[in-house]
Amino acid sequence: MNTTPSPAQRKAVALISGGLDSLLAAKLVLDQGIHVEGLNFFTGFCVEGHTHAIRQRDNPKPKRNNALWVAEQLGIKLHIIDVIEPYKQVLLNPKHGYGANLNPCLDCKSFMVGKALEWAQANDFDFIITGEVIGQRPMSQRADTMPVVQRESGAGDRLLRPLCAKHLAPTLPEREGWIDRDTLLDFNGRSRKPQMALAARYGFKDYATPAGGCCFLTDASYSRKLVDLWQARGAREYELDDIMLLKVGRHIRPRPHFKMIVGREEGENNFLEGYRKQFIQLRSISHRGPLVLIDGEVSDEDLRLAAQIAARFGQGREAEQVALQVVRHNGESQQLQVKPLGGEQIPPEWYI
Amino acid sequence: MSSQQLDARRLLCPLPVIRTQDKVKHMQPGDQLEVICTDPGALSDIPAWCRINGHKVLRTEQDAGEVRIVIEVQ
Repeated sequence: MNTTPSPAQRKAVALISGGLDSLLAAKLVLDQGIHVEGLNFFTGFCVEGHTHAIRQRDNPKPKRNNALWVAEQLGIKLHIIDVIEPYKQVLLNPKHGYGANLNPCLDCKSFMVGKALEWAQANDFDFIITGEVIGQRPMSQRADTMPVVQRESGAGDRLLRPLCAKHLAPTLPEREGWIDRDTLLDFNGRSRKPQMALAARYGFKDYATPAGGCCFLTDASYSRKLVDLWQARGAREYELDDIMLLKVGRHIRPRPHFKMIVGREEGENNFLEGYRKQFIQLRSISHRGPLVLIDGEVSDEDLRLAAQIAARFGQGREAEQVALQVVRHNGESQQLQVKPLGGEQIPPEWYI
Repeated sequence: MSSQQLDARRLLCPLPVIRTQDKVKHMQPGDQLEVICTDPGALSDIPAWCRINGHKVLRTEQDAGEVRIVIEVQ
């Protein structure tokens, strides 16, 4: 494993998402005799990792963190950096706005390259590598926005994009001869075929889905839930637990002042169980049913409605009466007997 | 040489890896760290992190919904 640079070796830090592009970009540079180490940023919105752990149905699949897998394939060190707090400003106030959903891709890329630059300077590394491909993404990887990332991150010509370098002006590592520009590539556009062919040439198999999609903020349903959370709280803010919970369960808002999170299967119920001290929880005791958390302040009438909805998602959905246990934040519990709502009594607009 | 424990229960990957990484940064070669997690993904991720960063996994255990991984810092 090439983990210790020789004194004369130039050093590059590679942004490793866990996808194919960053794997190939780092490999091209490693093959030039450069010492490479990887950086992976955890924003809280990464699809990678934790989401696979929540749902029971994913259990048969081998669990792996793709960024770690990539680093292992390359034989490089990987540093995973928690950027949950500083990332809030990127998401809440993106200078360049959002993409199709709440994805602030251009600001996000500049932020991550900027963080990589800070890391490179602190650790005496010479340049930064990304797996960006010109024309691949509608927001952050366009001919006119790629220079924005260079400029706003502060990385300037210390930012090398090996997969499409031939479409771009020579960067410092190329001009200085640390890297032979002739070995760099001219990929462009949305086609994944060149990347897949190169992966095959290198013998990389079993890499993560090439199309990427590693951020929940590009997901319409997730973005809707986040907007709902902000509207309900009257403030655009969030903590890690908030954004984790948006990834789990059905979210139903029967009234403006409260919503329900309904576990969809055992893995989600177990995960929601961990939040029992922060929310009112509901669970059917007469029939098998999901764990339900209630987010918001509820009256007795609201609680009854929530219980009727919760009963709808358990095996007692056709029963005349379902008994549910309600446990409040302070541990106090009570039982409710309700008739489950019929499917037609839950308007589609209640589902977030 | 010291033995330390890291409680990473209720954290989902990659947070147990990040907490392990941050803890190991302040430990010395030969020190041991026991990481306790509830995310079974840690069973794959923490050993992978150890392999790429040159640390040794002494043992892993999984029972009662918890995973314990003992690392020797190299």
